[in-house]
Amino acid sequence: MYPRHTSRRAAGIATVLAATLALAACGTATGGAVGEPETPSEPVDLRMTVWTADETQLALFDEIADAYIAENSDLVSSVTFETIPFEDYTTSLTTQLAGGNAPDLAWILESYAPEFVSSGALADLRPVLEGTEGYALDDLLPSSLALWEDGEGLYAYPFSNSPFAMFVNTDQIEAAGQPDPADLVESGEWTFDAARDISAATAAETGKEGLVVRDFDYQIWENLATVWGGWGATPWNEDGTQCTFTEPEMVEAMTWFHDAVFTDDALPGPGTTADFFAGDAAMTVTQISRASSLDDSFGWDVVPLPAGPVGQQNVIGQAGIGVFTAAENPDVAADFLAYFTDSTNAEKLAAYFPPPRQSLLNADTLAEANPKLDGDQLQEVVVDGVQRAVTKPAHRNFAQLEQTVRAELDALWTADADVEAVLADTCAAAQPLLEE
Amino acid sequence: MPGGVTVSTAETRGIAVARRDWAVGYAMVAPVVLGAVLFVVVPLVMVAWYSLHEWNVLANTFVFVGGENYARMAADPGLHDALLASLWFSVGLVVLNIVLALVLAVLLNQRLPGTTTFRTFFFSPVIVSLVAWTIVWSFLLQPEGGINGFLAQVGVDGPNWLRGEATAMIALIVVQVFKNVGLNMILFLAALQGVPEELQEAARLDGAGAWRRFRSITLPLISPTILLVSIITVVGSLEVFAQIDVLTGGGPGNSTTVLVYYLFQQAFRFNEFGYASALSVLLFVIVLALTLLQWQSRRRWVFREV
Repeated sequence: MYPRHTSRRAAGIATVLAATLALAACGTATGGAVGEPETPSEPVDLRMTVWTADETQLALFDEIADAYIAENSDLVSSVTFETIPFEDYTTSLTTQLAGGNAPDLAWILESYAPEFVSSGALADLRPVLEGTEGYALDDLLPSSLALWEDGEGLYAYPFSNSPFAMFVNTDQIEAAGQPDPADLVESGEWTFDAARDISAATAAETGKEGLVVRDFDYQIWENLATVWGGWGATPWNEDGTQCTFTEPEMVEAMTWFHDAVFTDDALPGPGTTADFFAGDAAMTVTQISRASSLDDSFGWDVVPLPAGPVGQQNVIGQAGIGVFTAAENPDVAADFLAYFTDSTNAEKLAAYFPPPRQSLLNADTLAEANPKLDGDQLQEVVVDGVQRAVTKPAHRNFAQLEQTVRAELDALWTADADVEAVLADTCAAAQPLLEE
Repeated sequence: MPGGVTVSTAETRGIAVARRDWAVGYAMVAPVVLGAVLFVVVPLVMVAWYSLHEWNVLANTFVFVGGENYARMAADPGLHDALLASLWFSVGLVVLNIVLALVLAVLLNQRLPGTTTFRTFFFSPVIVSLVAWTIVWSFLLQPEGGINGFLAQVGVDGPNWLRGEATAMIALIVVQVFKNVGLNMILFLAALQGVPEELQEAARLDGAGAWRRFRSITLPLISPTILLVSIITVVGSLEVFAQIDVLTGGGPGNSTTVLVYYLFQQAFRFNEFGYASALSVLLFVIVLALTLLQWQSRRRWVFREV
């Protein structure tokens, strides 16, 4: 007769439960404020998340990193630049944070700047930057820092202030017998209406698409800021507490856009993708840093954004680099950031990422670094562009706003949409989130 | 012997052998148990634990709030919409999938010419990568894409599939059905081939028509497989995510935001890991309830050969 096994079964279950609880223990790293880095016991590996996959840009980063490692071999042994695809960049970044795998440094989109800055996840960089010899913190444009400051602290460095511009395919436009946008800029007639007409005619002629607002895709609506700027419209007011989608300027701007898509066929409709840099569109609104995607397979030019009824409004996209307090070595990371963005390296990076440094914002400096664009293009588009520009919409509750507004605006992207009604619904849905 | 139980030498040896067998048995299953504990039980317990907290990843706050997340679920209009969307999607998918799989299996069972090609054609989507499948469909569903091109040939003006609320849902259901119908078809085919030919012969001799035979002989005999397929398909339908993310992003509006997608948004877009964990628990309860419901109902309609 075998002894009964109940005690053993109980023991088995207890072991499983104990294993469960043991494995469920998790810990997160916490960091302190950043200051002068103490020499670590062994050189650390730094990791910076970026959203560019461009080989030339990454090679440039590696070059700068190697120079830093050569000078500071006791602090840092390697710097890895990890590319996360742009579409899901912020989501992937917060997932890394959730998993306790925070990168040392990360690029941050300006729309999410208020959220990140106010969260306490980023380290205050001001002491480090002020303390770094030869950094020249006052060379930075105060207006460029606005989004990244909270009180006295500076929580991310706006390393890229890339103006939006209009790239045009001169081959296609000429073939359609349309006026050259550069000429229209000279004569002061470069308006959104002109851009729409040229795009519609060129698309009809070539069978390809007309004007593409890059990265919009009828989903990332904040990229329409480059269009509605010409009408002086904004999605919400200065302090982000009041929805202004229903204001007359915005209604006019959205009506213009809606009609340009569905009536004039000047822009590709929802669901149709076209890449200007592959030669599939007549013109595109995108950031100047995309110039590196040009492969000279067609004739092109770059001109400032067209003027709307209210005038011409420059828009810049900013990207900041921040140091996470949750990372393992925030002090060393901040020190590397100070090096990465000092005057010398900012000049090297200026080819793709216009720095917020007044001393570097002139056509000559930028021309040396960016062979693809000529002096006039750089002066008109980049230098002038950064000076009088506004940033894309940003808000401390941007993630929820982005999703809610996107869902509401979906009703707008049909031929028979009632623009005013849709915008009214948008404000109704967005207002509670703005007040949160 | 004073007190105690008298145990013979033979019994002692027997107990020792039993103990060793027992130890070996546990050692054999230990790896599987460890895997199950690590990848199933632990996450389940952790998610239930997280659902009792408010956890903002960015701000690094992890605050115990008890049942607050669950109270929030009751008052959340977004969740109610998501549940409705899930209902439409699941019902549409399960009905279409099972009916189509059964029809295809019956056709394949006729052993008409071209059976092997037909079977391969419908089974290959099952083994193709999900994302590759979805990306190909995203091109087909474009307003100027393959589907509308084909419809234009027959003189029909196709809609912008992924941009209309109803058409987007239909498109998603069809994409998912074609991905998995092959598997259900093979399961039904195996079941059909288990139906004894003599019963069909006898019924035919008694004058029963094809439909009568199907209803009264085939269906009851394959009902265990129908139960299995329906459980698998219902559970699977509540877990569909990749197609929605790639094709519609939950849109247009929120019409294709099913429960899984809603919970993904809460966790990974809005950084509300606590609330998302509560939603995960809700999803688990729903799936469990539906499975138990189907399992319990088997006595009523699944034919048992006793």
